[in-house]
Amino acid sequence: MTITYPLLVNAVITGLLMGGFYAALSVGATVAFGLLDIVNIAHPTFAVIGAYAVLVLNRTFNIDPILAGLLLTPVFYGAGTLLYRVYYHFFERRGDDAMRGLAFFFGLMFLAEVMLIMLFGVDFRYVQAPYITTTLNYGPIALPLRLAVPFAGSLLMLIALELFLKKTFIGHAIVAVAQDPFALRLVAASPVRIKRIAFGVACASAALAGAFIIVIEPLQPAVGRDFIGRVFAICVFGGLGSLPGTVVAAISLGLVENLTTVFIGPSWSPAVAFGALLATLAWRPSGLFGRS
Amino acid sequence: MGNWRFLAIAVSVAAATFGVGVWINLDYLFFAGYVILQYVVLATAWNILGGYAGYMNLGVSAFFALGAYTTVALETALKLPLPLTIPAAGVVAGVVGLGMGYLTLRLKGIYFAIATLALAVVAETFVTNWDYVGGSAGAYLLHPLRGPWFGSYTEYLFLLMLILATLSIVVARAVERSWIGYGLTAIRDDEGAAEASGVPTLRLKLFATALSGALMGMAGAPLPYYVSFLEPASAFNLGYAVTTIAMPMIGGTKTWLGPLIGSLLLATTQQVASVTISSEVNLLVVGVLLVGFVMLAPNGIVGWFQRR
Repeated sequence: MTITYPLLVNAVITGLLMGGFYAALSVGATVAFGLLDIVNIAHPTFAVIGAYAVLVLNRTFNIDPILAGLLLTPVFYGAGTLLYRVYYHFFERRGDDAMRGLAFFFGLMFLAEVMLIMLFGVDFRYVQAPYITTTLNYGPIALPLRLAVPFAGSLLMLIALELFLKKTFIGHAIVAVAQDPFALRLVAASPVRIKRIAFGVACASAALAGAFIIVIEPLQPAVGRDFIGRVFAICVFGGLGSLPGTVVAAISLGLVENLTTVFIGPSWSPAVAFGALLATLAWRPSGLFGRS
Repeated sequence: MGNWRFLAIAVSVAAATFGVGVWINLDYLFFAGYVILQYVVLATAWNILGGYAGYMNLGVSAFFALGAYTTVALETALKLPLPLTIPAAGVVAGVVGLGMGYLTLRLKGIYFAIATLALAVVAETFVTNWDYVGGSAGAYLLHPLRGPWFGSYTEYLFLLMLILATLSIVVARAVERSWIGYGLTAIRDDEGAAEASGVPTLRLKLFATALSGALMGMAGAPLPYYVSFLEPASAFNLGYAVTTIAMPMIGGTKTWLGPLIGSLLLATTQQVASVTISSEVNLLVVGVLLVGFVMLAPNGIVGWFQRR
């Protein structure tokens, strides 16, 4: 295959845009994993649940999918805090139970998938919005709004989260709970409450990420699983819990994956994330922006 | 009880099981029994790493399906009979486990778990793209009606799986009661302390990963003949992983008895339920049981009888 200039530029643009979306999808997992020490492998599946909720809102009330995702964030925040209560009660409180917690989330992921199949079937579903079918053309370069709108939304969401973590008291407390929960007690903040809020925020981000998923591509209950490798490759490569690291890692993965899709073949792109994950674990487990 | 005596007892129990099967002589019984025994192997194999050492392998379906596809590849290339592809499947899955383990086992267990989960997706991608073994369209492996020596072919597959199940239980018990098992338990309880006391942690973990992966691959090897038509989406089904992990969690993870009890109970229930209720409800039940036992009964059914 000959590598033409427009083909390359378009592959880079698509990769960049997908990378932004990957960052939005991964940020909740990296907050939970890196800052709270909760390995929520069900996070991509939570986003898929969000995507189906968006689908229902879009189909019944004709609401714009991304607005629907935004409207769902409080619901997901509430569900997240509730889930953290359960997790805390059964796993964290007992101490060294990270593995059982993992089996718990694995079971949840599977349950969610089976229930989505029972409710919606295994057909591919999609939403309607004016920008999904529009592509802006600048000469040979194409900018599909289907990818550009979620990209912009992802960036806004990440900026909002970074401001929340860096500028508010609760945000500082969330970063602190990762470093020294005992010190947090000394300033009269409950680590459990802070973690509950943080986990709620992480789950709320899944609602928006879900809206992006269904704007970008048709939806099917099992797609969440395809994202697990990518999400955790990004989490680890970005240095757990670092938002700028997540963005850099996500965009690099998006780029490499898309170049692979265009120049080697689309069926090989899932192997890219896995390769990146294994390489990172083998040579730089603390990630690009890791602390240690 | 020594390993040899246990082996003799296990073989007698297996022979008696097979004898009763032959006496009843109902082909459906062998058909359903095969699946139950397959889960005995998977659960026992998973528990060698997951239960003894506390390292969670979430990519069970990858090892299982790699075993199945080893059979397809060897049948297509060399027309090898099943008794030879089973050990080959063990070698392939064991080597994959060893390689994965070498890259990720030096880190916290969480990373290994995530890597195995991602492995399932990648192995599926690889097989889907490999046209030689059928690619995404799948592969037909039709078996003869009769087995090579006696009875139906299903009876023959049942016998092979019964041998594998006996083998894996005897091996799991032998590992559990040797210095390797004690080392793995020490890793589960406190890896740092184990390392400091001179337990060769990485080597033991690699051994457990390879052994566990190899047994899972061997459990998958007869699958193409059992289902006659194998395609990647069903071979790599996540249901295998969830069911396999649920079984030791239900039975108890600390001894060889836990996964045996869990797999016999759950797999039998499933066989009954899949005939009487729908298969989706069936999977839902497995998911609920996994989450429920992990939350409420961390030591499983065996734990109920061990009062301390």
